Amino acid sequence: MIRVENLVKVFGRIRAVDGLSFQVKEGEIFGLLGPNGAGKTTTIRILTMLTRPTAGEVYIAGHRLSTEAEQVKRIIGVVPQHINLDQELTVWENLELHGRLHRIPREERRRRMEELLEFIGLSDRRHDLTPQLSGGMKRRLMIARALMHHPRVLFLDEPTVGLDPQTRRKIWELIRQLNHQGVTILLTTHYIEEAELLCHRVGIVDHGRLIALGTPGELKARLGKAVVESFYNGVVDYHFFGSREEAVNFAAHLPGTVLIREVNLEDVFVELTGRRVRD
Amino acid sequence: MDFYAVLWRELVVLKRGFWKFFASRLVNPLLYLIAFGWGIGRSVQMPQGSYLEFVIPGIVALSAMTTSFGAAGTPLNMARLYHKTLEEYLIAPVSTFSFVLGRVLAATLRGLIAALIILGLALLFKTKLAVGGAFLLVLFLTCFLFSALGVVAAMTINSHEDMANFTTFIIMPMSFLCGTFFSTAKLPPGVRQLIEILPLTHTNLALRELGAHGSFPWLSLGVLIFYSVLFFFLACYTVRHCRD
Ligand SMILES: Nc1ncnc2c1ncn2[C@@H]1O[C@H](COP(=O)(O)OP(=O)(O)O)[C@@H](O)[C@H]1O
Ligand SMILES: [Mg+2]
Repeated sequence: MIRVENLVKVFGRIRAVDGLSFQVKEGEIFGLLGPNGAGKTTTIRILTMLTRPTAGEVYIAGHRLSTEAEQVKRIIGVVPQHINLDQELTVWENLELHGRLHRIPREERRRRMEELLEFIGLSDRRHDLTPQLSGGMKRRLMIARALMHHPRVLFLDEPTVGLDPQTRRKIWELIRQLNHQGVTILLTTHYIEEAELLCHRVGIVDHGRLIALGTPGELKARLGKAVVESFYNGVVDYHFFGSREEAVNFAAHLPGTVLIREVNLEDVFVELTGRRVRD
Repeated sequence: MDFYAVLWRELVVLKRGFWKFFASRLVNPLLYLIAFGWGIGRSVQMPQGSYLEFVIPGIVALSAMTTSFGAAGTPLNMARLYHKTLEEYLIAPVSTFSFVLGRVLAATLRGLIAALIILGLALLFKTKLAVGGAFLLVLFLTCFLFSALGVVAAMTINSHEDMANFTTFIIMPMSFLCGTFFSTAKLPPGVRQLIEILPLTHTNLALRELGAHGSFPWLSLGVLIFYSVLFFFLACYTVRHCRD
């Protein structure tokens, strides 16, 4: 559904995206996981034609981005990282503007707006100006807006950044439902849980490069099943094991405080880069 | 017809804040009218008519210019740099031409409303001014070209402060120098030629001529059309090339 080939974006001396290649299959939830400044937003902006790549090519549903922008615009929906709702318009008018920009006929537009307001649970807030909404509501409205024209591919840049855990779960639920309806989803995140629990496949990016790619299970299996974290003399150490028993046996002989837990994607990132995702 | 989607949004916003907009467009011209019409105007001798009659077309032109420039420029600059709402248009399958046309027409409408407010005030001040089709056409072109210039400024200026500076250093001087409050005929030659290149000068010339049942100002009309086309294409160019 999405094919990214050797994407490069240079801002002055910064290589924000540095030879990125990956594919997203139809019907999949694909996540780009990486720390701040990894180049996730830049990648999404190139994929949604808001930024021109320095080099490389992107194909979406078989359309080449550099030559078939119009066709691509009709089949993609975009939810940017920053809230960019029109503050001078109401909830309803924000959706209507999007519908008009996509030339959706009046009757169909109305039906779709009702349906989406229901879907995001904002039917009773339709006449509010958007600054009156909470952070989670704004995020949901941005998703609804991006869905107005029935996109086949939805791009979400850090869809739950800054939201409380409960609201985050609601947004995840929304994304899963959309995916069940057949929408292909590409999202970016720097939250480990988001990548693990929501995405079918995850690409780990750092410094504009893809450093690992696979299902969360595959990525974690590279390190093993269990990890022993030991704290001794102010030093933290990680040891990975193929099974829990091995981990427990090993931990029994360690001095200091010991923690045994399952491997997560954070461990994968640390193992690959020597840093944590949040650093 | 794509431009209508863009225009629709502007109309919704205009309708919502209409009275605030109306009041804000009333204050400045009213002060000018009082200061230059009643105040200074009483002691100024004009070849024909009163100074008030001379200055009203100028204030109409001035208000049309500043209003349409500001209405197109400021919100678009904010939408691009701060609110990022411009992206909503850039990801939509709407042509650059439609986007610019929608924005420019909306700002033109605001400029025309501002101009009409002053023409209404002029009635209260009991001035004789012939407002016909050609007069309105000149006003329309003036608003159109300064709206388009507003788009160019909004797309090329990279901070809100510099946007305000553009108004201070370009728009304000024009409003005083282009024959708004005095005839450009008596300016020194070099300065005069420079000023006669500027569009607002021709708005003033044309409005005065038409307002006093004078001959049809073909040259000025041509200049205004030239600037309208030029700025509109520049506006399209800057929007098309705004992707980093
Ligand atoms: N418009 C820009 N101009 C200059 N540098 C930029 C611009 N946009 C992003 N960058 C730089 O590119 C790098 C990647 O940024 P970004 O794509 O926003 O990362 P992420 O979304 O993963 O946090 C950062 O170093 C950032 O400072
Ligand atoms: Mg980002």
